[in-house]
Amino acid sequence: MNQIPSPLSRRGFLTGGALVVSFALAPRAFAQLAGGGEGGAGPAVVAPDLKGSLKSAPWLDAWIRIDADGRATVFTGKVELGQGIRTALIQVAAEELDIPPTTVTLVTADTGRTPDEGLTAGSHSMQDSGTAIQNAAANVHLLLAAEAARDWGIPAEQVTSGGDGRLRAPDGRTLSYGEVAARLSLHVQAVPDAPLRKPADYRTLGRALPRVDIPAKLTGGAAYLHDMRLPGMLHARVVRGPSVGTGLQSPDLDTVARMPGVVKIVRQGGFLAVVAERQWTAIQALRHLQRAAYARAAQPPLPADGSGDAVAATLKALPARDIAIMDTSEPAGPAVRSVKARYTRPWISHGSIGPSCAIAQYVDGTMTVWTHSQGTFDVRRVVAELVGLPPEKVHAIHAEGAGCYGQNGADDVAADAAVIARAVPERPIRLQWMREQEFGWEPLGPGMMTELEAELGADNRIVSWRHAVWSNPHNNRPVGAGGVLAGNEADPPFPAPEGKPIPMPEGDGSRNSNPLYSFANTHVVYHFLKDMPARVSALRSLGAHLNVFSIESMLDELAAAAGIDPLAIRLDHMRDERAREVMQAAADRFGWPTRTRGDGRRGCGMAFARYKNLGAYCAVAMEVEIDRETGRTMVRRAVAAVDCGQPANPDGVRNQIEGALVQSLSWTGREAVRFAADRRASFDWSSYPILRFDDVPGSVEVVVMDRPGAPFLGTAEAAQGPSAAALANAIADATGVRLRDMPLSPDRLKAALGPV
Amino acid sequence: MTVTITVNGADHALDVDPATPLLYVLRDDLELNGAKYGCGLGQCGACTVHIDGKPAFSCLTPVGAVAGRRIRTVEGLGSAEAPGLLQRAFETEQAAQCGYCIAGMLMRAQALLDRNPDPDDAQIRAHMQTNLCRCGTHMRILRAIRRAVAMRKGVQAAQEMRP
Repeated sequence: MNQIPSPLSRRGFLTGGALVVSFALAPRAFAQLAGGGEGGAGPAVVAPDLKGSLKSAPWLDAWIRIDADGRATVFTGKVELGQGIRTALIQVAAEELDIPPTTVTLVTADTGRTPDEGLTAGSHSMQDSGTAIQNAAANVHLLLAAEAARDWGIPAEQVTSGGDGRLRAPDGRTLSYGEVAARLSLHVQAVPDAPLRKPADYRTLGRALPRVDIPAKLTGGAAYLHDMRLPGMLHARVVRGPSVGTGLQSPDLDTVARMPGVVKIVRQGGFLAVVAERQWTAIQALRHLQRAAYARAAQPPLPADGSGDAVAATLKALPARDIAIMDTSEPAGPAVRSVKARYTRPWISHGSIGPSCAIAQYVDGTMTVWTHSQGTFDVRRVVAELVGLPPEKVHAIHAEGAGCYGQNGADDVAADAAVIARAVPERPIRLQWMREQEFGWEPLGPGMMTELEAELGADNRIVSWRHAVWSNPHNNRPVGAGGVLAGNEADPPFPAPEGKPIPMPEGDGSRNSNPLYSFANTHVVYHFLKDMPARVSALRSLGAHLNVFSIESMLDELAAAAGIDPLAIRLDHMRDERAREVMQAAADRFGWPTRTRGDGRRGCGMAFARYKNLGAYCAVAMEVEIDRETGRTMVRRAVAAVDCGQPANPDGVRNQIEGALVQSLSWTGREAVRFAADRRASFDWSSYPILRFDDVPGSVEVVVMDRPGAPFLGTAEAAQGPSAAALANAIADATGVRLRDMPLSPDRLKAALGPV
Repeated sequence: MTVTITVNGADHALDVDPATPLLYVLRDDLELNGAKYGCGLGQCGACTVHIDGKPAFSCLTPVGAVAGRRIRTVEGLGSAEAPGLLQRAFETEQAAQCGYCIAGMLMRAQALLDRNPDPDDAQIRAHMQTNLCRCGTHMRILRAIRRAVAMRKGVQAAQEMRP
């Protein structure tokens, strides 16, 4: 164990005391929830004047420790998901401490060591943790300078630093950070106004530093939870029916119990797992048990398979609670043109390349769980309730997994491993799901639909805008045992909690349904559907994928009807200057005015959104070429522009936007989970195809706007919606055919194009 | 039963069921992290290694079938301290997000470069078609492979210029 004083007991004391500030009383600026409102309530706000996650963890030593040798250890409650946050946070800390980034060690979410910052989700890490670390580091620098000044008997303003871990007096005297820190306690609360370094002086922030996690990933280093090998570790496989809600009937446990190398069969209520000395033995045992017939328990029917009409029929059959999102009315001229359209998205799989994995070990009444969940602290709460331990007897530690893009099987497998470890104490239990289990059991991105109706006046101004969205809850993140499969299988079961919507401004199914554009008479309603035909939860960007797709498709439908340029109709209705600049930057780099015009085969499209109207601004333009014989769409080139405030690492931003664009092309152009009557029918990469190398764009270019010193804006999900809509708009420009039901697949385009 | 396999130039005599897929032997017995479990079906390429110089899915290959054959994993291309040329190209292009697929991508690409040191873009894309990436790192992976081709030419040119 580490020797640092635990910040946790202190926070517990504070949150139990009079310093708790009710969230409801916080001004609107604080209404951005930890982890984007996903997961539980998040840590209580105890210091509302501070920035980022300092609001809930104001003590400096919860964030930063300076060792005697001058090295800094920085603690974050966020985790590396492959988005490069580890490197970005190191850069933030190094900049404000004014030390070389190589002297910063970053500790990510660990219930025994780091602050609880809620989930690593919703593009919140830079806003929550980046901002907290930036301000905490500025505070620490302020304290170090004051202590050195006291030592030298000079005013603190005269103390400077030069990026080398030493403080300097005007007369040339110097002291190392380590020497000064040894005389200081960092167990003090941050002050809100510690001066930040000026962007012109930046040494580390804003530079494209190579990511610290990449070398191990290129060379077979121990980079993932999957690579951990603990002494005495056993291998487990959990046994369920082929998809959520199904169970195996009389699996042949007797044969498996006699298999050499099988250590234990764990059966508790409806939970079944096999534990073996070797991984291959556990897999063979699983395969034998899976020969049993399966049955689906009586439940609502699974979603209808196939067309946009089927998605719409499934959703419209569910009882809805109507939530008003936006209602504005203002005088506007008469309408001369009206367009009405329905857009749909099917259920989408997270499709992590590495099936979910966890390691759990139960020793002396304490459960340790290594997890790649986005909610390390939620894993502790879930496991504690599930195995009947007080939360302080559960230690959850994040270790990296394959990219998750939302709630995949990570939380479930961590809970599964803990149940097994409780039944097989002492030895570490490594559990990895199989490929078909990940496809069959993980929560999917929800199927959704929208109906939009917009009217144009004679002056080409939009005079009315109506947007209705139907969606299941996207936030079914587990915060207790009822949120994971093992909890539902316990005897007696922990019931799955009823899904709830995330309120605006973040929203879930409603996310980005409120247009950033200035339209007269805007009416937006969220038909929230609590009954879930398929198990669903958060998928990168939540409802923004379909809402932005719908808004930005509709704008092009209006523009086409009235003969307006797609860029012009957007700029004409946008007052936000940064939004205008992002659109213009993408258009300029793309060469929008001189672009290839739709000729039946080639065409161009663009789209824009500011993620949640709170995060990064992103505009995407792309050129497509259609093979009319096959309906195949090839993206020749794509350009994205992004304004994320001060970019901590511009190449990290480019990597995220590039990846989001390509991933969104795959979702939007190819993907749909298939359903049979009694199970999911997508269980591998042939029944759930995603984009391969032959289908990715000819080129992708990302323009990162220069915003020196501007507050961090979440970036990771910003391109999902604009990329989807730009694809639909480019296809429409090329062919004259408007596809409104995802996936915009070759089959659907070929059918819409008709005979060649 | 004892099976002897040759991995990255070293012989290993292992007491394993010969039906065990090579992937689990590499990961659990030899403690090599490079080859990853992705699908167990040969559909994603995360487990790609070389067998006698050709790319192969280690998740589908019984260890008993590769006795005495030359197996190469990403650990055989270089280390973090001394990365190989293709690994350096991936590092320069920062061609990873979560990176779970990347060791398989490297092995797949290395097999192409071993056979054809100067592939064009269409050849690279066609060759890489078997390997899946979910983060959308494809553009960087393609750039990294092209960079490796250019670096190799640069090294050759530099060597030819030496007296």
